[in-house]
Amino acid sequence: MLEVVVTGVGAVTPLGVGARTLHERWTAGESGIADGEAPCSAFDPLDTLSRKEARRADRFSQLAVAASDEAMREAGWGAGEHPYDATRVGCIMGTGIGGLSTLEQNHEELRTRGAGMVSPLSVPLMMGNAAPALLALRHGARGPCWGVVSACAAGANAIGAAARLIQHGDADAVITGGAEAALTPLSRASFEALGAVSKAGVSRPFDARRDGFIMGEGAGVLVLEEGNAARARGAEILAVVRGYGATCDAHHMTAPDPAGDGAARAILAALADAGIQPGELDYVNAHGTSTPLNDRSETLALKLALGDAAYDLPVSSTKSAIGHLLGAAGAVEAIATILALRGRVAPPTLGWAEPEEGLDLDYVPGVARPLAVTGDGPLLGLSNSFGFGGHNAALVLEVA
Amino acid sequence: MTTETNEKVQKVVFDALESFGVESAGISLEASLESLDIDSLDMAELSQIADEEFGVALKSDDVKSIKTVGDAIDLIAGRI
Repeated sequence: MLEVVVTGVGAVTPLGVGARTLHERWTAGESGIADGEAPCSAFDPLDTLSRKEARRADRFSQLAVAASDEAMREAGWGAGEHPYDATRVGCIMGTGIGGLSTLEQNHEELRTRGAGMVSPLSVPLMMGNAAPALLALRHGARGPCWGVVSACAAGANAIGAAARLIQHGDADAVITGGAEAALTPLSRASFEALGAVSKAGVSRPFDARRDGFIMGEGAGVLVLEEGNAARARGAEILAVVRGYGATCDAHHMTAPDPAGDGAARAILAALADAGIQPGELDYVNAHGTSTPLNDRSETLALKLALGDAAYDLPVSSTKSAIGHLLGAAGAVEAIATILALRGRVAPPTLGWAEPEEGLDLDYVPGVARPLAVTGDGPLLGLSNSFGFGGHNAALVLEVA
Repeated sequence: MTTETNEKVQKVVFDALESFGVESAGISLEASLESLDIDSLDMAELSQIADEEFGVALKSDDVKSIKTVGDAIDLIAGRI
């Protein structure tokens, strides 16, 4: 099986523009959540896009473009140029919903001004595959290209699908990740109607008082390359995508399987794909939404899949600092996992103070902690992502 | 068609092009749509604006015949 390496990462999150900004601020215990929401307040699309490009992209695609430019720069790919045959470069991006603000604005036009006033740009902006299409156009990627839609697992499923393309020889490199910009009136009302959003306006994963997630937005993009090709061109290898597992609960449209079976099977599949034992893991980046159901079933899933090793591992939730980025979460959190491993640090689960019976793993409360590294071997991290629909995705990432 | 009509159409078309992201300095009657990076999506938007502002419908054959900014203005103004 061909090796898949990560040579560039980029992110726009509620903690700011830049993957390192996310890592450094989260590790320092800072939060991007304000007034019960987590917008990307520091993001100005015109820093990255021309006026024309910006109006040709819904906000979720704008966020994706900014993250992709950062990732491509780090990978050392020039503007519009790359070290591979363009037809061998893919682009796979996840999203939960797509261009929701475009949909809402144009529906308002339809209602108030009539069908003739719906913008011709509405379909190309709101379609769920807009981000990968736009990134392919921008970066000249002419290989396999599509969008992945699996709610809050989409970012991780996209990375997994991208890795498989490289492993199977269908592409030499893939630009991948996830993007979401669903801080809109309809989306807020919909998630609130489901009772999924925190009424207290606080993200405190695994804490006994947790009462729902905080809605966020953002994008994460990774440049994946076939290992030998990346090394041959002298690229710096940030990480290796060692394992990927994906399952479905087939239990309920929104609630996770309370026993954590589907999630555990995804984790086990990722470990088997990586060819490692649970005890070899150094860090777990949890899905950790701060909803009563997820954090309990995820804890059970970790115990099911990892056995006694689950109790010895630092398990932290990025969502404690940036809220829930929905279809972008899996990608942003994979990046957060890579940077945590590279920094030899477990960033904290913010807001955790009150334990709940049965939620008894090491959630790294409040303050970051150095990873307990033994020997000179590479570090291994697990990143979990689960979504409405019962989608479960797990990634095993290795950092030398 | 009157000069007044032409001037009115010109303002609407120039404003539309600028709103599409074209730099105002580059917009002139002689400028080709290609040089301004105006594509089929922009023309679909321009057709919508022509319809809303002047009740002029541009068909796809009309759009194909438009090469310059001046062509677009003449075509719209000629149908008012």
